[in-house]
Amino acid sequence: MLIETLIAVTFVAALVVFLTPEAYAPQVAFALSLLPLAGSLFMWTGFDASGNALLEGSTVAFESQAQWIALDPYAINWYVGLDGVSFPLLVLTTVLVPLAIMSAWTPITERISQFYGLVLFMEASLIGVFTALDFFVWFVFWEAVLIPMYLLIGVWGGPRRKYAAIKFFVYTNVASLVMFIGFIALLFGLGDSVTSFGMPEITQAIHAGELGGFAGLSGDTLALAAFIAIFFGFAVKVPIFPVHTWLPDAHVEAPTPVSVLLAGVLLKMGTYALLRFNFTMLYDVAATLAVPIAALGVFSVIYGAMLALAQQDLKRIVAYSSISSMGYVILGLVAFTVYGIGGATFQMVAHGLISGLMFMAVGVIYNATHTRMVGDISGIADRMPITVGILIAAAFGYMGLPLMAGFAGEFMIFLGAFQSTVLPSAPIFTAIAMFGIVIVAGYLLFAMQRTLFGEFRLETDYEVTRAPLHDIVPLFVLIGLIILLGVDPDIFFTMIQDAVDPIVELGGGA
Amino acid sequence: MVTQMAQPLVTQPSTWIALAPVVILAMASFVLFLADSIDPGETNNGLLAGLSLVGILGALGVAVWYFFAGVGGEGVSLLGDQVVVDGMSLFFTFVVTSVAALVVLGSYDYLHDQPHKGEFYSLIVLATTGMALMANANSLVVAFIAIELSSLSSFALVAFLKHNRGSVEAGLKYFLIGALSSAILVYGISLVYATTGSLQLDAVAAGVAETDNVGVLGVGVLMVVGGVAYKTASVPFHFWAPEAYEGAPAPVSAFLSSASKAAGFVVAFRVFVEAFPLDVLTGLGIDWVLIFQVLAVVTMLVGNFAAAMQENVKRMLAYSSVGHAGYVLIGLAALGGGNDVAVMGAAMMHLLVYGFMNTGAFLFVALAEYRGVGRTFEDYNGMWRQAPIASAAMTVFLFSLAGLPIGGGFLSKYVLFTAAIGAGYWWLAAVGALASALSLFYYSRLAKAILIEDPIHEFDVSRQPMGLYAAIMIAAIMTIALLPAFPVVDLAQAAAAALFA
Repeated sequence: MLIETLIAVTFVAALVVFLTPEAYAPQVAFALSLLPLAGSLFMWTGFDASGNALLEGSTVAFESQAQWIALDPYAINWYVGLDGVSFPLLVLTTVLVPLAIMSAWTPITERISQFYGLVLFMEASLIGVFTALDFFVWFVFWEAVLIPMYLLIGVWGGPRRKYAAIKFFVYTNVASLVMFIGFIALLFGLGDSVTSFGMPEITQAIHAGELGGFAGLSGDTLALAAFIAIFFGFAVKVPIFPVHTWLPDAHVEAPTPVSVLLAGVLLKMGTYALLRFNFTMLYDVAATLAVPIAALGVFSVIYGAMLALAQQDLKRIVAYSSISSMGYVILGLVAFTVYGIGGATFQMVAHGLISGLMFMAVGVIYNATHTRMVGDISGIADRMPITVGILIAAAFGYMGLPLMAGFAGEFMIFLGAFQSTVLPSAPIFTAIAMFGIVIVAGYLLFAMQRTLFGEFRLETDYEVTRAPLHDIVPLFVLIGLIILLGVDPDIFFTMIQDAVDPIVELGGGA
Repeated sequence: MVTQMAQPLVTQPSTWIALAPVVILAMASFVLFLADSIDPGETNNGLLAGLSLVGILGALGVAVWYFFAGVGGEGVSLLGDQVVVDGMSLFFTFVVTSVAALVVLGSYDYLHDQPHKGEFYSLIVLATTGMALMANANSLVVAFIAIELSSLSSFALVAFLKHNRGSVEAGLKYFLIGALSSAILVYGISLVYATTGSLQLDAVAAGVAETDNVGVLGVGVLMVVGGVAYKTASVPFHFWAPEAYEGAPAPVSAFLSSASKAAGFVVAFRVFVEAFPLDVLTGLGIDWVLIFQVLAVVTMLVGNFAAAMQENVKRMLAYSSVGHAGYVLIGLAALGGGNDVAVMGAAMMHLLVYGFMNTGAFLFVALAEYRGVGRTFEDYNGMWRQAPIASAAMTVFLFSLAGLPIGGGFLSKYVLFTAAIGAGYWWLAAVGALASALSLFYYSRLAKAILIEDPIHEFDVSRQPMGLYAAIMIAAIMTIALLPAFPVVDLAQAAAAALFA
């Protein structure tokens, strides 16, 4: 019942904050957001899972199943549980939300209680996405994330917020629909061999070769078509080139705390779902398509980095670099090795923390200077030494400095991708992707050098002062966590490995 | 009148008591007339609304009680088999009385400054009586009388704002088209009678098998389809709906687009399944499923495309309600594919969910009208600022109507479409999914206006319409609750199964 309690507490917290008077809303929201955090940390102490939740012979932590709708032919059940892949993402969510809420204290000045209520509503839905093991329950939460995000961008965003919000909504919704149809086609192909929407049941039935043809398509063609539809659906969310164009708009227009959650957690929904559906459920199709998928991933790495190089807006730079980082994750997943998939999962958490920190630090600078354009500011290191110091640390994290979380994730991905037996000419793909790091380092250092150092100059009328304490605290917490995970990746990696091993064994890889 | 003894009941009320929900509604409408006529000048809004609510909730309570007590599990026929009480009739009585209760609650504030409150409430209750009777009709003539009872009351309700040109014009158009459709329906019934020699549904079915006037029967069936299409606002008999819903007071629009539509469908379900058995009629060359397939596809597409082009909120909701009639028509259009109980149960379930979410949406429009907000999308800009809770509820209605999993609308559409695929009509589901995807465009456009845009004018919030707020909140809670509480679909399936038994 722990997962249900966690979701329910977060929903109730959202409702309470929604009804709280504006004056107290920030503090109340922060205090209430500590409840899910405490809950997830408490669950960590009793976390007991082995294997992958979707595969046979696994123990799923906090598993709970209840009959819901006894539809013929597929029952919809309430079914939740956690394994080594989902648990780190659950912790990431509950850690980032309180920090994002605190970072919202300065920039959010209107419709305050509604803002925090929506953030908590989104957190509850995100917890649902990472814990649900029934496709239907999962889909309900998956779609429930969109509505608060749409409003958070559309109401509190920048000047072009309406355009960005609608673009986000249309892109991700069309993607969801395509994915839904792909998944349902899979179910029809399975026919009588499954009786529910339980993701483990469906996965095991597919692996047992129960997938038959449907509507004139053979089983193999159906699997391929479903894979492509599902992959497209999640590729938009991740986002992978060429369906990434909603992301920079959404990021630039979203207020800082929303960008933090968008980059930190929402993009991970896409990679998490890819891992669950495409790379676990349909692993043999994924293996067949390894080359095109890896090519998309590697292309996203280079393309995202090149675009970031061309940007003048600090926030856009960070946004495009997310496309790059997610490209690494795709490459890791398609490698089908323990370090590849495990490293990709680890990188989801690491990138969540690092990109969250980058957006927050850029947000603090924006609060102080009211501009994000690289050409408008220079030399602010003198005026805001702490913020700038942390931003530099975060940038090094992004570049993969050893002893920081990003290094561990990227290193494992490259190692795993290099060793891949599933992906033909894996070393070449890996080498091209590694070149991406050079570009990342290039644009980050270039932007830092121009904005942070040198002589102080600001082409606006604002007096630059030190950031208030509540802006700085989340930065410190995040940099601490990034270093902690970098020094001791096993905090998460042992449990990730537990859940990843069975997937790798499916493909007979090492 | 000869009362036939029916099967013994589970809870043994004497047979006429089985009709208690309809009787309670009829009595309530008379009590309202009486209360109003004692002192016609002085109208006590609270008393009248209270009396209506007591009557409607009484009927609702009895219907629920009967449903769970198993009354009519086998189908109780009474009044010479003219009327039947079974699971389906009780299910639909629940739908129409729920909507009526919400509408009365919402009308309490809406009517605050209007004269003739007594007439309004009694017309609402009388129309509800007609709709509940439609659910029980077991003969074509009772169905016709019940349709007329609810239609005549509805004409008056649409034109209720008699000093408002729009309202009067809408009432007139609604009346003219209604009269024409009634004529078509009654002519169709007479042709069916001429060929089968009976008006009772089972006797018609028996007569159909032996008729040699197939051509006349075919025309009769076609005309009955027309009558039903009018009542459910399905294309091509939908032209009245946007006009009537736009001109009518918003609570009346809610009532007509939710309850009246559900009642129209229950007549369609019962008449076509019981009186015109598909296998027999197909054998005669009268493939009414084909007609409904064409109607369903055209209605889904026309309704949704037209809704996407509206600038006026009420017209948008009206056209989207036409679109929803198209989804429900799948319940008839996918029959004969070996999945009959599932498709009809799913269609009934969609009507139940729709009853709450659509009523809620129109009641939000009623709130906007009450506040003096204009009629276009732009006028709704930023309503969130001054009515945050109602706006949150409206968000739930809109996204649930679009089929996002925030309310029961997602599951009912899903069940409906998969049932159609299960019956082998995957293209019906495909058109439905396409239309649903399109609907997200105009529903989210309204959500955007309410939640994201900046307001263009402030409005008066000095008086709080508590009844209207309560009705909107109840509708929102029911819409959300029907997502986790969706297992009630089993009850709808059971009710549908009884029809095919």
